[in-house]
Amino acid sequence: MHNFTIIELINGLKKKVFSSTEITQHFLTRIKNLDSKFNSVITLTENQALAAAQSADQLLAKGEAPELCGVPILHKDIFCTNGVRTSCGSKMLDNFVPPYDATVIENFKNSGSVMLGKTNMDEFAMGSSNETSFYGAVKNPWATDSVPGGSSGGSAAAIAARLAPGATATDTGGSIRQPAALCGITGLKPTYGRVSRWGMIAFASSLDQGGPMARTAEDCALLLNCMASYDDKDSTCINRPVPNYSANLNDSIKGLRIGIPKEYFSEGLNPGTEQAVRNSLAEYEKLGAELVEISLPNTGLSVPAYYVIAPAEASANLSRFDGVRYGHRCEDPKDLEDLYRRTRAEGFGDEVQRRILIGTYCLSAGYYDAYYGKAQQVRQLIRQDFVQAFEKVDLIMGPTCPSPAFIFGAKGNDPVAMYLEDIYTISTNLAGLPGMSLPCGMVDSKPVGLQIIGNYFDEARMLNAAHQFQQVTDWHQQAPAGIES
Amino acid sequence: MNWETVIGLEVHVQLATKTKIFSAASTAFGAAPNTQACEIDLAMPGTLPVVNKQAIDYAVMFGLAIDAEIGKTSVFERKNYFYPDLPKGYQTTQLEQPVVGPGVVDIQLDNGDTKSIRIHHAHLEEDAGKSLHEGNFRSGVSGIDLNRAGTPLIEIVSEPDMRTAEEAVAFAKKLHSIVTSLGICDGEMSQGSMRFDVNISIRPQGEDKLGTRTETKNLNSFKFMEDAIRLEVERQIDVLEDGGEVVQETRLYNGETKVARSMRSKEEANDYRYFPCPDLLPVVISDEHVEQLRANLPELPDARQQRFMAEYELSQYDATVLSADASTASYFEQAAKQSGNPKLTANWVAGELSARLNIEAISLEQSPVTAEQLAGLVIRIADNTISGKMAKQVFEGIWNGEGDADQIIEQRGLKQVSDSGALEAMVDEVLANNQAMVDDYINTDADKRKKKLGGFMGQIMKASKGQANPQQVSQILAQKLAKML
Repeated sequence: MHNFTIIELINGLKKKVFSSTEITQHFLTRIKNLDSKFNSVITLTENQALAAAQSADQLLAKGEAPELCGVPILHKDIFCTNGVRTSCGSKMLDNFVPPYDATVIENFKNSGSVMLGKTNMDEFAMGSSNETSFYGAVKNPWATDSVPGGSSGGSAAAIAARLAPGATATDTGGSIRQPAALCGITGLKPTYGRVSRWGMIAFASSLDQGGPMARTAEDCALLLNCMASYDDKDSTCINRPVPNYSANLNDSIKGLRIGIPKEYFSEGLNPGTEQAVRNSLAEYEKLGAELVEISLPNTGLSVPAYYVIAPAEASANLSRFDGVRYGHRCEDPKDLEDLYRRTRAEGFGDEVQRRILIGTYCLSAGYYDAYYGKAQQVRQLIRQDFVQAFEKVDLIMGPTCPSPAFIFGAKGNDPVAMYLEDIYTISTNLAGLPGMSLPCGMVDSKPVGLQIIGNYFDEARMLNAAHQFQQVTDWHQQAPAGIES
Repeated sequence: MNWETVIGLEVHVQLATKTKIFSAASTAFGAAPNTQACEIDLAMPGTLPVVNKQAIDYAVMFGLAIDAEIGKTSVFERKNYFYPDLPKGYQTTQLEQPVVGPGVVDIQLDNGDTKSIRIHHAHLEEDAGKSLHEGNFRSGVSGIDLNRAGTPLIEIVSEPDMRTAEEAVAFAKKLHSIVTSLGICDGEMSQGSMRFDVNISIRPQGEDKLGTRTETKNLNSFKFMEDAIRLEVERQIDVLEDGGEVVQETRLYNGETKVARSMRSKEEANDYRYFPCPDLLPVVISDEHVEQLRANLPELPDARQQRFMAEYELSQYDATVLSADASTASYFEQAAKQSGNPKLTANWVAGELSARLNIEAISLEQSPVTAEQLAGLVIRIADNTISGKMAKQVFEGIWNGEGDADQIIEQRGLKQVSDSGALEAMVDEVLANNQAMVDDYINTDADKRKKKLGGFMGQIMKASKGQANPQQVSQILAQKLAKML
């Protein structure tokens, strides 16, 4: 049952092959039995899930079921859930229970889906390995000595381990695509402004974007149909009709022009990863697409620009965690200064503190122009690179990340090596473009991801291309060993 | 040495919007603590601001009223600092691109001259909450009330164009008059609707270079501001004349104790690390919208003053006083139209009524005497039914809710006696009963007799229980005494 895709589950529910209660129970049991190996779920909401499944079954019986009615999914613990602890992977919010739902959560509730629980993540979404979570690292189901990627490692690992057919995730610099690649699943970061950020705990507001993860592009399309909406509670959300992302999946991609940025195949790329990506591009040629070599000359500036802008925004976004109104508060503060210092020193982990310090420094008097001001200019250049590229091509493809999942601790003492994990994904966040990752091969028995970057609001074309690829390949159907209970 | 004082003002004006600048919580004054603070005002995780369009319109209206450039694109920025009543850890404000650019406010000096005070800019921002410390809250505990957090403000920043405390007060009163006439602020100083930060420096008369300035913050009455300026100017003169140096610092003035103290020096000042708020898009205001606001701008104090002088033939002083704020002006106009006697109405509104409101410390809106009732009183004075002295009693009666002027005149039997036959009889009786006074009058030198008339008048008014028409009595008395000579 857990090998069914979301589409298959929906069909089964409609045809009454099984009930939502049955599949919900099945996934809950799997999480309880198996997740001790992966640590992908922080909070299991068993009672709420069963109650929601029961309501879904009633709607299904009446034939009034909305699109995702009865489908169990997991939510990244960055989305606020009314009445359910939302930790953002941090000690700071270990005791935080929001009295409101994120718009994404509300959309999923309205679609009838069933929340199984909340997934583990890097603390405040800051990390590429899931090692920064207060709740301990998530383990990659393909190799439990390796990282699942981050920050949405919990969602990715849970889907890879068949603990849920789909999940929500967020991506600030690659946090959907990189773990999707490392865990061998499909994930999509939409255009900035496509999915509401209301109730999604902010890391870097101008870069954060929620998106779906599932095993197939077809399922991602279905989840995005629900997730994407205009929301007047988010000023950066764009008021533009949401297309039916499932409608054009089966269109032919003959004549599709695919840009291959030469900068994405340079030094630092694992040869096995490169081979897998090149093989996939050959598949696309077979499907009738045309490969065009392009250049994104400012790619090399993306990581430094990102590591100024994102920490700068984060340094302000995380100021609200001061121990005054909610969240962690130190014991017996002797004065206000002491309250702030100890609360934040105790509540935030090392990586979060590092980024707050970097961001604070970059915005300081005398440094602003050299760092934040310059980084914003670089951001414009990177955007320009893409605008020019999309004059020549329909989609851009390349590797999602430089190599397959690395062993725990491999980059733990070297933040810069860790930051380079996101070298191919960060540019799209800086430009606000949509990007996705889909499984395209294996290296050393670990999955490799193919990245697809689209033009603004061109998610439907990306999903179409990904789906066509998944019609002629089976990388997305492969499952790690040791997940059958 | 002769010193010249240089004063610049930063004025915080609370905008009279129903809801807060970035949330839908009410801005009403006086609610129980923390009952008007929603999840956005509390800076709960994942919440986002949405700008209140009314607040922007109000700021633009102010800009139009002072003939300022309107920022077609204005940008909200984050001003970062930690304080418990600042829930986000930053204040959302404007810096580089404010909504209102340079403008001018004209003030009238005591000698009748007009002086132009330049406005550097005015920007939109959110207010912080209130901290209640020891004494105002519980012993040993500080309380935080976030009802005010997020209340929209415009901060109006003047150039250092004022030279005396009187000029600064005239400028502050003019701003009060402008914003209340526009209806963008309720003008309630006691509720903090307008607060002043005063920058003061002194320099030797004739010197061009500005001296080191201090800033005295958060003055919430014209009187306190005036006192604080005088005190600070004296202090600076003392410091300089004793051979010391004025230190750039922020100062606090206590209006009750009339003592000022240093709050922090320049060295202790925060580095606010301003940067554009990524949660809010730049505010773009179209020319059409600006023109629409301009077309619907209410009458401004200067125009109203001119009109009052032309239309009602008021003196410049009366016209200035009565046109200063919209509610006084409309009260006056209503009463003047009904009474048909603008001059007398002006005297009563600016005189007795204002004095009484001041004593009771209530606003005109709360006045127990309506414009209609005041007009009724003026009519009875004008038609000689009651004397000016009786009118004060009648006014008192109206104030105390005893009814309209006519009812009170009737009830108290206050009708003025203007019947000449009755008055003659009264005069005859007093003359007959006071032969000594009459003899004295006759024997006094002709040029000193006038002084003696008062004694007769007093007797007659007493005999008539104050109801005799004094003008008539005085005429009759003069005639009768003349005949006796």
